[in-house]
Amino acid sequence: MESLFKTVQSVPLNHYILLSAIIFSIGVMGVLLRRNAIIIFMSIELMLNSVNLLLTAFSVYRGDAAGQVFVFFIIALAAAEVAVGLAIIVMVYRNTNSVDINVLNRLKW
Amino acid sequence: MSIFYFIAFLSILFAVLVISAKNPVHSILYLVLTFFTFTIQYILLNAQFLAIVNFIVYMGAILVLFLYTLMLINLNKDSEPVKSNIIKIAAVLGGGSLLVVIVACLKQVGISQPVLLKDPGLGLVKNLGKVLFNEFLLPFEVSSLLLLSAMVGAVLLATKDPKTT
Repeated sequence: MESLFKTVQSVPLNHYILLSAIIFSIGVMGVLLRRNAIIIFMSIELMLNSVNLLLTAFSVYRGDAAGQVFVFFIIALAAAEVAVGLAIIVMVYRNTNSVDINVLNRLKW
Repeated sequence: MSIFYFIAFLSILFAVLVISAKNPVHSILYLVLTFFTFTIQYILLNAQFLAIVNFIVYMGAILVLFLYTLMLINLNKDSEPVKSNIIKIAAVLGGGSLLVVIVACLKQVGISQPVLLKDPGLGLVKNLGKVLFNEFLLPFEVSSLLLLSAMVGAVLLATKDPKTT
């Protein structure tokens, strides 16, 4: 495992930030682009994951384990969020027979 | 070093496919692949505990939850109506300008040192457990409360109300 890590040691920190920024922007685009509520949830998962990767990279960079513990908490939070969110989506589907978010425009005005 | 760039390319590719796939089931399968590339990144960073947790929780639990919901919701009929082209262009522009802003901030930072592992046992279960149960004991307990309330809330929301139906 340690020899495997040796291969990645020369990657600059900036490239980790760049990768996370790109994945985060793709998640934002997904939220804005799609109308299917489930795919919007998946885009939110993408954003959470990019933040996780960045926290881990910083934790390794600083040699501080607190970052990785935060990632653990974020994963627990994401699991809770997905459970509640998907329950809400199932309820919306039961009431409106669709998961198109444009149907849910009564809170808009 | 080059393995990092290869995996990074793969994760960006699969992330783009997640938001562009027409069929929601394909979208979820691409999401599995994206999470798998993230797991490989964690292994490359020697964060072994996080790699395993990511593998089990994200690729196991969360993706199964998504697939089950998709099965409950029958989307086979011509799925979603497409948005107009103007809204699509606006969405891509919005996300792209966010990326440009972040990258421009990164340019200001300038210097970047390589990520070096100072302590080889940093991401191992032994070390993380010591930190989690000493410094972060209270947040750990609070997160258990969060999971409990999420479970109760999900069951409450997803069960049918007997009065209305």
